[in-house]
Amino acid sequence: MSSMIPLYVIIPLAVAFLTVILSRLFNSLGKYLLISSLLYLTGLSFYFILQSPQAVVYRVGGFADVLNVPVAIFLVADGLTFILLLIISIVGLMAALYSFSYTKQYTSEEKYYALFSLMLAGMYGVVIAGDIFNLFVFLEISSIASYSLVAFSIDKQQLEATFKYQVLGGVSSLIILLAIGFIYWATGTLNIADITTQLPKDKTFVYFVSVLLLGGFGLKAALVPFHSWLPDAHSSAPSPISAMLSGVLIKAIGAYVIIRLFFNMIPVSYEIAMTITVLGTLSMIIGVFLAIGQWDLKRLLAYSSISQMGYVIVGIGIGMLVLATGGKDKVAALAITGGLFHMLNHSIFKGLLFLNAGSIEYRTGTRDLKRLGGLSEKMPVTSGTSLVASMAISGIPPFNGFFSKVVIVFAAIQAQYYWLAFISIVVNIITLSTFTKAQKYAFNGELPSKYNKINESPFGMSLSMTLMAVLCIVMSFLIIPGVREIFLKPAVDVLMETTKYSSKVLGL
Amino acid sequence: MTIFLLCFLLFMIGLYGVILQRNLIKIILSLAIMEYSVYMFLIVIGYVRGGNVPIISKFYEHGPFVDPLPQALVLTAIVIGLATKALLLSVAIRLYKYYGTFDIRTIHDLKG
Repeated sequence: MSSMIPLYVIIPLAVAFLTVILSRLFNSLGKYLLISSLLYLTGLSFYFILQSPQAVVYRVGGFADVLNVPVAIFLVADGLTFILLLIISIVGLMAALYSFSYTKQYTSEEKYYALFSLMLAGMYGVVIAGDIFNLFVFLEISSIASYSLVAFSIDKQQLEATFKYQVLGGVSSLIILLAIGFIYWATGTLNIADITTQLPKDKTFVYFVSVLLLGGFGLKAALVPFHSWLPDAHSSAPSPISAMLSGVLIKAIGAYVIIRLFFNMIPVSYEIAMTITVLGTLSMIIGVFLAIGQWDLKRLLAYSSISQMGYVIVGIGIGMLVLATGGKDKVAALAITGGLFHMLNHSIFKGLLFLNAGSIEYRTGTRDLKRLGGLSEKMPVTSGTSLVASMAISGIPPFNGFFSKVVIVFAAIQAQYYWLAFISIVVNIITLSTFTKAQKYAFNGELPSKYNKINESPFGMSLSMTLMAVLCIVMSFLIIPGVREIFLKPAVDVLMETTKYSSKVLGL
Repeated sequence: MTIFLLCFLLFMIGLYGVILQRNLIKIILSLAIMEYSVYMFLIVIGYVRGGNVPIISKFYEHGPFVDPLPQALVLTAIVIGLATKALLLSVAIRLYKYYGTFDIRTIHDLKG
């Protein structure tokens, strides 16, 4: 069982290199390799979730512990890891399927697929790394792949966006490396589970490292004071890549790491929990207000990503606050469930919205809302799926966004943070109006005469959009008690046991 | 202690450059300065006063040895740094071809 875990890194890496090497002999081999590997990994993730609720540890190289000190590199997979592996695989699969027709406009398709699977390898690696330095290495792999993918069709705006993204990404990586240096200095180990046991009792040091980590990973997750790169990078990238960046990259290398480190590595404390909640609340409010004024469809979606990531962080933050102040475990579990559930939902509906924006751009050549209109008759699939995703993101039942937002609001009320519940609802109303605007200007109204001859996007693109729209409804079932125990509860349990994680992982 | 402060100073010089420089190449150089300060910090925390090379051979049989792990980390980080710098510089060259300048005040198409 545990020997299957490294496959998540090995397969995408192998696909990336094989695509480049073999592309001279067999043309479009890369696409099929990528899609078959992603199908396999999706199946493997389902298998893991249905089979093993327990944590699984793989020691790279098979080195045993020396004098109770773990010397091998750990790859750890537990409940939280599995849901992220699953969501990366599913969104990656849909984006790859969508890319089949979309990448016909590029001259070197195989490089696109090679970079795509390199980015996947990095993300999978971050999620399964049990070692803080390997986490950094995988984070850099996925970041470098995403830097070059953002500028894939090299034009002015994409180059500018990727330059900003790279400089800020570089600074954040250095801050993270500095934090890793401090942690190694104080504890003498790099293993996340081992760091917990060795961390000094000195509060000042813990706060110092927490601030460094929060700054570094906050930049990667685009929380509000650190968000300025996101709208440029995510709106300039090719649309399937935007879907990957907004859908899973900021979660896998930003939010996931924050959640993992601040629950399982650093003991939960009130001050850090409050900081995280405030950052989340700021992202939620400022993101949505910046989104509503945008006229560029993908820029609007990118700003809305910041706001929705705020919801995730707020849910997690309430859970931490309740745990830190010694409140009821049930309330904390509810808040964390809400946060994680919203993270999964957001990757589906934001991925779908970016794919919709991509198919509009593919057919009309613009994403300026003022120059669009009336596309619903010409592009029924795009318009229908976009409506589904818009309703999901604005929290309208029976779509998945409604349930996760309701859980977060209930948790905030039960934890007696009424202001957070109030802000969440107000932000949701503004989100609704933002997407009503996008929907109205793109699909309703009068069709500009130059678009009379356009038709629906190609089959691959329509298929992946339809599948994502179906997932938007299917994901709502995750909240039903019987299903919730399989997917969400193991993940929540991992976070609820906080620093007991270390004894569990080291014991395996 | 002084050497840690010097690392910190170097880090801050780099950060100052990244924030305030207006030339793309100078921004990249400042980022590199920041990077080297972090590498230096990592090497310094692994240093043991009077320590030997961490290779067990007939010349260095006895400790104390210098901690080899930060050195391995720095080697990995240098490789990563190489990749990011190469990519950044190639983007800067492409931007120069479009705009004819490295000044970031001229390169601002993306707004809002």
